[in-house]
Amino acid sequence: MTQQPRTLSQKVWDNHVVPTSNESASSNDAADNGAALLYIDLHLVHEVTSPQAFEGLRISGRTVRRPDLTVATEDHNVPTENQHLPIPDEIGRKQVDTLRANTKEFGITNYPMGHESQGIVHVIGPELGLTLPGMTVVCGDSHTSTHGAFGAIAFGIGTSEVEHVLATQTLPQLAQETMAITINGELPEGSTAKDVVLAVLARTGTSGGIGAIAEYRGSVIENLSMEGRMTVCNMSIEWGAKAGLIAPDEITFDYLKGRPHAPQGEAWDEAVTAWRELKTDEGVIFDREIIMDGSECVPHITWGTNPGQVAPIDSTIPYPADYDDTGEADACSRALEYMDLTPGMAMRDINIDTVFIGSCTNSRIEDLRAAAAVAKGHKVKDGIRTLVVPGSGMVQKQAIAEGLDKIFIEAGFDWREPGCSMCLAMNPDKLAPGERSASTSNRNFEGRQGRGGRTHLVSPQVAAATAILGHVATPEDLS
Amino acid sequence: MEAVRIVQGRVVPLERNDVDTDQIIPSDWLKQVERTGFEKGLFSEWRDDPDFVMNKEEHAGAKILLAGPNFGTGSSREHAVWAIMQYGFEAVISPRFGPIFANNSTKNGLVCVQVDQELGDQLMAAVQADPQLEFVVDVEKLRLEVPALAVDVAFAMDAQVQHRFLEGLDDIGLTMQQGDDISAFEATRPGYMPASN
Repeated sequence: MTQQPRTLSQKVWDNHVVPTSNESASSNDAADNGAALLYIDLHLVHEVTSPQAFEGLRISGRTVRRPDLTVATEDHNVPTENQHLPIPDEIGRKQVDTLRANTKEFGITNYPMGHESQGIVHVIGPELGLTLPGMTVVCGDSHTSTHGAFGAIAFGIGTSEVEHVLATQTLPQLAQETMAITINGELPEGSTAKDVVLAVLARTGTSGGIGAIAEYRGSVIENLSMEGRMTVCNMSIEWGAKAGLIAPDEITFDYLKGRPHAPQGEAWDEAVTAWRELKTDEGVIFDREIIMDGSECVPHITWGTNPGQVAPIDSTIPYPADYDDTGEADACSRALEYMDLTPGMAMRDINIDTVFIGSCTNSRIEDLRAAAAVAKGHKVKDGIRTLVVPGSGMVQKQAIAEGLDKIFIEAGFDWREPGCSMCLAMNPDKLAPGERSASTSNRNFEGRQGRGGRTHLVSPQVAAATAILGHVATPEDLS
Repeated sequence: MEAVRIVQGRVVPLERNDVDTDQIIPSDWLKQVERTGFEKGLFSEWRDDPDFVMNKEEHAGAKILLAGPNFGTGSSREHAVWAIMQYGFEAVISPRFGPIFANNSTKNGLVCVQVDQELGDQLMAAVQADPQLEFVVDVEKLRLEVPALAVDVAFAMDAQVQHRFLEGLDDIGLTMQQGDDISAFEATRPGYMPASN
């Protein structure tokens, strides 16, 4: 009997289902109702969503089953200046100290502030070669979907599940629908991976992917670099998908070869042979499919207070009356009021106070190169605050080796140290009430970057051009 | 977690779509290392407005939160569930939930009742008109009942989640009973899989 054709995500999923013996099945009815016990290959931990999980282990007298499949770093709270000094914010410092104590107590590797391998958890996993094709990856952070770029099933979990994975290295999970986002053709000149995923959001809204694991495919995706693919997969959760992933290929293998934790020698050859099988079989019919053309992925910007409220930069602010659904029309009105924007105005007429280049979406070396290429030879407009925050110690080091820091500094950008920074404003990098940012991060929710702050999500290139002109702009507007 | 069988009480009508977890509990509150004390952070930016629906006297003591679609989208912060429960809510009703929020709710005994949009709109209007209206969320029968409106509809919940809700079980203990299965699986993992240390 031939096996049914399977999707990439089904293959990875099936490879991680822990078979249940009869004896234990009687005491755990997970197998009876569609929930599978999935083995987790890599558990990433940070200071914000882990303290209550470690405390839970202590209260129950449990240990960490596989500290060797667990890695921690400090990212959400860390200041992006003076990282050699203790964190001035007492509560944030306590949380980081708690992570250090917990990882020491339970034998988990932690990359602390100032360590070269420290950085945003979704930047360091791939760059250390810890994220590999065909894995299951979890983290108490919704942007864990980033790691799907390698052909892994990667998703964010809550603190109770963090504790579950620490204790058992597994998670009971309900089966998900399969979904394809197929983007054919080519990207328009000047468009980026960020514009690809913002264009997907323009199609799906914030809920189009709920209940599904999505595979991004088609020529536009195949032609993206690994870092571009990470940008796309990073925002899968913004349109509601459980996870998003991309089949591994030569671009994936080239990225991984030689990374510190990637297999070496014969093990590498064995791994690549296995990874080449990780693709959706011919003849599969996905439960859902969205087909797009690359020409839709022109430079985009969000205008509202969720990432689905997004439109091309060449367009104008929508009218609430554009929406048939009264709930969506009301959400549009509320967003425009919060954002202080007028329907019909051109996106380029939006003036900006602050530009943030960073976050797990867009803080990798290619993002910094692209932004620096735009900034070179220009000056940030007077009165505009800027932050350029590399995603990790390794990105920071590489950028400095390439002289990108000097380009940014000469152009008047503020060059910072690695961390999550203004993406969620848990550190001192915040918007003041009423301030407006162009940000390369992933969420434009009310108050996300600081209470009363207003966020427009854009690509690194658009962010850099916007800093120079002081209003929303693309690099073409500079010439 | 504590067992939950029936949630019966008055309802706060939060007539907004896309209530994300940054609204439910702003990131300033995520710096705590404890699991309690988040009730003060619940919708803290909106609660500064005296006209915000939760500040209205007629809604004090409500046990159920009724919201527009896409409730709990965004971040994985379980603090959002803790804040809602610690404030005193035991169930949330919405036409659509953010997936991580819904999953986190199942670990804490917060009942997420997904209703169709039309019913959601009807319930919203009814509670706005009569804040004293009582809803019954029956986890055993998986029904949402509003006797005064003659509403009695089924809602969905995974069978194991329902079992854990009714018995007040945490699922780590259940999984640990499969320790031998997990060990057997571990023995089959490819040798090239990386270790973090």
